[in-house]
Amino acid sequence: MAYAIETDNLTKKFSDLTAVDNVSLKVNEGEIFGLLGPNGAGKTTLISMLVTLKKPTSGTAKVNGFDIHKNPDGVRKSIGIIFQDPSLDEELTAFENLELHAAMYGISKAEREKRIIEVIETVELKDRLNTVVKTFSGGMRRRLEIARALLHYPKVLFLDEPTIGLDPQTRKHVWDYIKKLKEEHGITILLTTHYMDEADSLCDRIAIIDQGKVIVLDSGKALKDSLGGDTLKIETNQAEKLQNALKGMKGVKDTKILEGRLQLRVEFGEKKILEVVEAAKKNNIEILSVGLHKPTIDDVFLHYTGKTIREETLSGKDQMRMRRKAWGHKR
Amino acid sequence: MSHELLAIYFLWKREMIRFLRSKSRIIGSLAMPFFFLAILGTGLSGAMKLPGMNGNYLEFITPGILGMVLLFGSMFLGISVIIDRQFGFLKETLIAPVKRTTLVIGKTLGNSTAAVIQGILMLLLSVFLGVTIQLQDILFTILLMFLISSAFVCLGIAIASKLEDMHGFQLIMNFLMMPMFFLSGALFPLTSAPQIIQTIAYFDPMLYAVEALRFSLLGYSSMPILISVSILIAFFIATTFLAAYFFNRIES
Ligand SMILES: Nc1ncnc2c1ncn2[C@@H]1O[C@H](COP(=O)(O)OP(=O)(O)OP(=O)(O)O)[C@@H](O)[C@H]1O
Ligand SMILES: [Mg+2]
Repeated sequence: MAYAIETDNLTKKFSDLTAVDNVSLKVNEGEIFGLLGPNGAGKTTLISMLVTLKKPTSGTAKVNGFDIHKNPDGVRKSIGIIFQDPSLDEELTAFENLELHAAMYGISKAEREKRIIEVIETVELKDRLNTVVKTFSGGMRRRLEIARALLHYPKVLFLDEPTIGLDPQTRKHVWDYIKKLKEEHGITILLTTHYMDEADSLCDRIAIIDQGKVIVLDSGKALKDSLGGDTLKIETNQAEKLQNALKGMKGVKDTKILEGRLQLRVEFGEKKILEVVEAAKKNNIEILSVGLHKPTIDDVFLHYTGKTIREETLSGKDQMRMRRKAWGHKR
Repeated sequence: MSHELLAIYFLWKREMIRFLRSKSRIIGSLAMPFFFLAILGTGLSGAMKLPGMNGNYLEFITPGILGMVLLFGSMFLGISVIIDRQFGFLKETLIAPVKRTTLVIGKTLGNSTAAVIQGILMLLLSVFLGVTIQLQDILFTILLMFLISSAFVCLGIAIASKLEDMHGFQLIMNFLMMPMFFLSGALFPLTSAPQIIQTIAYFDPMLYAVEALRFSLLGYSSMPILISVSILIAFFIATTFLAAYFFNRIES
């Protein structure tokens, strides 16, 4: 099977900092592939090399079969990208931004106008086509960037935090749209995000990267399963007695008492609840409540990197971005 | 139309749209030359009479002020590569399947057109202030303005490729553009300046720009037009290479 993206020991160093460290990945055609990692993990740097914006320090990669060193033009024609930071010309209208993009990709005049209408309709911005981008909201800008990235019918789409700073509704809109792209056009998508639940529901496979290295790579389900099952949190007045009663039970991997509650690590939590209640009855132990916790990608992330991905407060970098925007409007 | 030409045309168009939409910038760029002409020019018109000056002072400085408009306008527009970088738009152009040289050409043509338009507006302004221009040849004058602007836009692009942000612009303005302007003989004939200044001025590309403009607008200059134009062409070729070289090395 052909790979849409194939990296071979791809490395990028900034003086003494190794931002991307010997990354070897294979992304299948038609797959939605997620890159998860804390701030500074090297996600953007990795993408920058794949889209021929930065030169690797060592290693190589192929995108849509084209070598990034030997045939950067082949790569460029095959890809679309939504950068993490805004990249529209704010003083142009939506139409003018799209028209310039189409021209730079060598799309002929007749085709140009047809496609502009096509992409602007998909992102539902047709009524703003002739408005200057400066007046657009963040969500509208993001949608316009998506439209622009699709204008030349790319085979591989890179989305670097496509939903950063969007409200939940617009975010959902963008994700639905990404799904549609994959399903209807078979476009391969590589995305980074820090919304774990969305990464989980959207991506066929997820790679967690930290300090430039790929730590694990698998489907969301396999990653969650790798944590060893669900957690049952049982509230009872006789936690220790219940713990002893359940210790030997089949399928119970681990027991501990935390804050007076008994915590069990089990497989197939839903089924186990019944058995646990059953066992408690037999031993005359009263159970007050049982909570079932399924592992999430957050747990996976925490497990493998020892960090939560990002506090909801703005990081320094994001604040800088906001300031830069403010400056832009005053100009 | 070939793909690269198509890209150049639309990059040119982008610069034109941006230029024409920024009315305040256009007016701002004409304010300083206006005050130079209206206050310095008319104020000293009666008093100033130096060797190397035909006609009155206002007339004498008009080509120099035109040179100033072209110099400042072009350099600023060239340096706007930094603004493209800060607003992220540069990345969009850098990953397009066109040559970097194409991007430089599009940017240079667009911005020099904008600078030439500013120059023409300034000339109209000077006529309004009572300057009698003895235009030698309209086509030659416009080509000359393009040559000067393109060279300085390229110089701006080359500098911008090395600068991180707009903060460096103040330095460029004070230590490069201002000396270039004052040494160019725009405001007074250099023959009345000390020898040392005259010698340094020979290294100032603006000197040749002002000389050539003075010839094309007033019909006289202290240097043969062939020489000033030849040197300007050499300067243009040099800055083009500089711009292409440094822009090619941008890693964003
Ligand atoms: N041009 C540069 N010069 C020096 N260091 C850089 C440069 N670009 C990135 N870095 C560093 O490389 C590391 C990886 O940065 P990168 O932007 O790829 O991270 P990221 O995973 O995209 O983070 P985020 O989630 O914040 O977007 C960081 O430590 C960053 O400071
Ligand atoms: Mg990033």
